[in-house]
Amino acid sequence: MSNHHVEPKSTYYLVFLALVIGTVLTVLAAGVHLGPLNIVVALGIASCKATLVVLFFMHVRHSTPLNQLTVAVGFLWLVILLVLLMGDYFSRSWVPPPKAW
Amino acid sequence: MAEHSAVAAELEHPHALQHHFDDLGQQYDASTFGMWVFLVQEILFFGGLFACYTVYRSMYHDAFALASSHMDRTVGAFNTLVLIGSSLTMALAVRAAQLGHKKALVRNLLFTMALGFVFLGVKVYEYSHKWHEHLVPGLNFLFDSPHARQVEILFSFYFAMTGMHALHMIVGEGLLAYFVVKALKNTYTQTYYGPVEIMGLYWHFVDIVWIFLFPLLYLIG
Repeated sequence: MSNHHVEPKSTYYLVFLALVIGTVLTVLAAGVHLGPLNIVVALGIASCKATLVVLFFMHVRHSTPLNQLTVAVGFLWLVILLVLLMGDYFSRSWVPPPKAW
Repeated sequence: MAEHSAVAAELEHPHALQHHFDDLGQQYDASTFGMWVFLVQEILFFGGLFACYTVYRSMYHDAFALASSHMDRTVGAFNTLVLIGSSLTMALAVRAAQLGHKKALVRNLLFTMALGFVFLGVKVYEYSHKWHEHLVPGLNFLFDSPHARQVEILFSFYFAMTGMHALHMIVGEGLLAYFVVKALKNTYTQTYYGPVEIMGLYWHFVDIVWIFLFPLLYLIG
């Protein structure tokens, strides 16, 4: 068995505590007006929380290299999806629509 | 003598080992890999919804903020904590399975189910509240604002995304019930707990989706 690692219960309790703190911070940060930075802060905290869940609750920290690669590739594809799609929408106004002949 | 050969047979070919795997370790690695491939597909499935949301939010920023202010962030935050709690009990269930602690496994699976039902119950309360406030797109949407149509778009995303998420929760509840029954029948052992691990991966994934849904839907007002 490649995954015989058993985390101590305390690790799970600490991760849970960090996730609760992250949730409280998300709600508090949403109440502060930071303009466009609000969404950056919210997604930053959410990403940290997701990373904790993936590494500890989902055991990717002690998973096989193949599984770790699969997780990384999954998020890479998500980034490709978002970056290319938004790149398209944001750059559409850069070039004026061609005039009729 | 007969008992000895039964033990030897179990060591030679454990009951839980599928015949196409060399040993339980290989079987475990193959099944968790398969689950992760499925979850990557799930990431991209929800990713499509998140991408669509991002495009519309960049177009109708103010209308989305207005719509978000009609969501109860206290209820949303409460549900986030409930789901995080259920992830903790799920992680503890997998740990109990790793150690062969049957009672702790069943107990934590039941805790996870209970917290999942609390989450779904709150969701029912929220949906019925939206219905009474006439905020359900396509069915009874009434919104007094020049941005009404754009507000309706956010509520469409709200119901599509939280609805897909809730559907995953309902499937998860069914799976958990199955695992409780199997655990009570002593299916899982210290050397064969892979299915519980996979159940955990699914449940934690659904938790992660909510971790992103909560700020994007409830907190942009």
